Amino acid sequence: MPMVLNEEQRLLRDTANEFLATNSPVAALRKLRDERDPLGYEPQLWQQMAELGWASIILPETFGGLDFGFLGLGVIMEACGRTLTASPLFATAVVGASAVLLGGSEQQKTELLPNIAAGKLTLALALEESHHHRPCHIATTALAQGEGYLLNGSKTFVLDGHSADKLIVVARTHSDERDSDGLSLFLVDPMSAGVSCRRSLMVDNRNAANLRFEQVQLPPDALIGEAGKGWDILEPVLDRGRVAIAAEMMGSALEAFERTVAYLKERSQFGALIGSFQALQHRAAQMQADIELCRSILLQALIAVDETPEQLPLLASLAKAKLNELAKRVSNEAVQMHGGIGVTDELEIGFFLKRARVTMQIFGDTGFHRDRYATLSGY
Amino acid sequence: MQELDQFRRDVRAWLQSNCPESQRQPITAQEQYWGGRRGKFPSEDARRWYEAMRDKGWICPEWPTEYGGGGLSDRQAKIIKEEMRSIKARAPLYGIGIWMLGPAILEFGTSAQKQHHIPAIINAQYRWAQGYSEPGAGSDLASLQCKAEDKGDHFLVNGSKTWTTSADKCDWIFCLVRTDPAVKKQEGISFLLIDMDDPGVSTTPITLISGESEFCQTFFDNVKVPKENLVGEQNKGWSIAKALLVHERKLMAEMGSDSPRQVIAPNEAARNYLEFANGKIVDSKLRDELADYDMQMHAVALTHFRCFEEKASGLRSPAPLVMKYVGTEAEKTRSELLLAIMGSRGLGWEGDDFTAEELDTLRLWAMSKAMTIAGGSSEIQLNVIAKSVLNLPQPGEK
Repeated sequence: MPMVLNEEQRLLRDTANEFLATNSPVAALRKLRDERDPLGYEPQLWQQMAELGWASIILPETFGGLDFGFLGLGVIMEACGRTLTASPLFATAVVGASAVLLGGSEQQKTELLPNIAAGKLTLALALEESHHHRPCHIATTALAQGEGYLLNGSKTFVLDGHSADKLIVVARTHSDERDSDGLSLFLVDPMSAGVSCRRSLMVDNRNAANLRFEQVQLPPDALIGEAGKGWDILEPVLDRGRVAIAAEMMGSALEAFERTVAYLKERSQFGALIGSFQALQHRAAQMQADIELCRSILLQALIAVDETPEQLPLLASLAKAKLNELAKRVSNEAVQMHGGIGVTDELEIGFFLKRARVTMQIFGDTGFHRDRYATLSGY
Repeated sequence: MQELDQFRRDVRAWLQSNCPESQRQPITAQEQYWGGRRGKFPSEDARRWYEAMRDKGWICPEWPTEYGGGGLSDRQAKIIKEEMRSIKARAPLYGIGIWMLGPAILEFGTSAQKQHHIPAIINAQYRWAQGYSEPGAGSDLASLQCKAEDKGDHFLVNGSKTWTTSADKCDWIFCLVRTDPAVKKQEGISFLLIDMDDPGVSTTPITLISGESEFCQTFFDNVKVPKENLVGEQNKGWSIAKALLVHERKLMAEMGSDSPRQVIAPNEAARNYLEFANGKIVDSKLRDELADYDMQMHAVALTHFRCFEEKASGLRSPAPLVMKYVGTEAEKTRSELLLAIMGSRGLGWEGDDFTAEELDTLRLWAMSKAMTIAGGSSEIQLNVIAKSVLNLPQPGEK
């Protein structure tokens, strides 16, 4: 497939940018923050997004989906990155929906996917147990008990963990604590006895939570996929998530970069526009070069999800590592080049800086993905 | 699409039966054929391979058939390139006649210039040199001083050109010369073709830090150049120069991923020179640097591909303008990385203590320093991006 968006996808991009600029500008996130909104997103906005088909963008038509593929999803994620839109899109429509789609039984798909598509069901993946992304280091256990399972353990950095209708919990049904073998995925109702949840207040004002599971009884049909074979579902789900969050990071980086370049053209010092100074021009040009490379990586990684999944692990790590670096560089330079007003809360650039730090940790930092890329390359 | 698939199968089959086995090995500098009056084939197989490609029209597959080209589309030409690469086929002919001058003459030349020079390039009749930079005009190329006075039926050329690649082995040189000193510097420049056998042309090689003398300085002392050797209009040479620079930068950008002299890839070198444990390089810093480099090259390769796809779809993006910068910087990184991986074995200058590959790596490391200077330095590339992509204000703008 060519690495260019087709007309339909370009139209989707323009519509998404327009819709979000009107309905969910960065000011909307500021409002959620200032009002200490208990949910952390605007449910009406999520309903509108679902009506536009965004909640079901990767789902097949048989489950009420739009079936636009990952290039379509990438366009939406990028648009949401530009406006820093808080919504269940990533945790539910990308990560949760992918887990059900790739691992769920026919019954689970039929029950869950149409509700996701309609914006009536939100999900959260409860995976991380430490402060670094280590998807195989799982100590949470789900031991067979009668026909079902008994869940024990705790999770951290669970995106949308306090607001989701259902949790997808990664737990160990056998093997050692650091083995990819022996993992299983369970669908857990957060209202079940033994589940406790504490919302974390993060620097980006988006949703994350710490969860505890104490002697939680799970029925047999809570299992997604085969017991002990959860990694076969989890790894591609994480790779899809990495590519999708990379698309969001691209949108945020572009927006921060464009705002910064615009500022270089309006701010005067020493009797000249600061954008005429070579010291700033070269740094801006280097960022443009990085953006071009990241654009190609992102397109190829999004295409790989649908067309060449065998290349996805390498491309997902490439995309996440490179977009992590871009997000860091652009967000830091955006603040620096704005000078004093760059560190004020009034200017929205600070929101981009803060969100960048969180997305850089989601599903693997730069070191994690460089290591994975090296391992996949045989060294 | 189906037609292209069929074309690819045909190309593959033709290459299988026409490319000699000896021409499917990595090439050394001595094995390249550059043509020209004094050019010699390095081997009989190299001659057979060149002649087969020339007769097929594939030396320059996208050039018109009437001048000896293949008359093929960009996509078809790309397929030939890809299929050649997949069997590691060597380029049958090297030269800036193919890479740079030919496209310029096809776009800006007179009919007589096309009739004479395009077939001469394909037939390897002349080896071409490029006369752009001068001792006083490097990054500020438009300030060039080599002058060509209009003497009615000819120009009288006086001055010198530097970094004239392999000019001591070349037959003709295309030059930027000043034909009007009175106007704005970009508006008094013309583009001339000069036969280096003409009286008054002389060339001295310049020894570089790599120990090679690939570059030369060329002097013009009252050289008479016929008017018919002017390409494009008089005093309009700057626009040809700019078009050629875009072309040159694209070539230099691609060299990083497609170098004729690429001896060893860093990840291969790692297997030979670094300690492994449990399938991983033990030196975690070098391992991280290697992954970083491989990722960057992966990104560069994908972006070359995107540039081609966008061009084919008629879309414009800033990507082509950043490629010279990222490609040549990556080339420098590669050379530094190879030296780090090889340790003291990468430091050999000459002699039997080192393999040919090790010696070549060191020489290429020294040469890689020129890549981010020639054809518009990295700093000039960043200026171009700031101006043409970002539309940032010019110095002093208020």
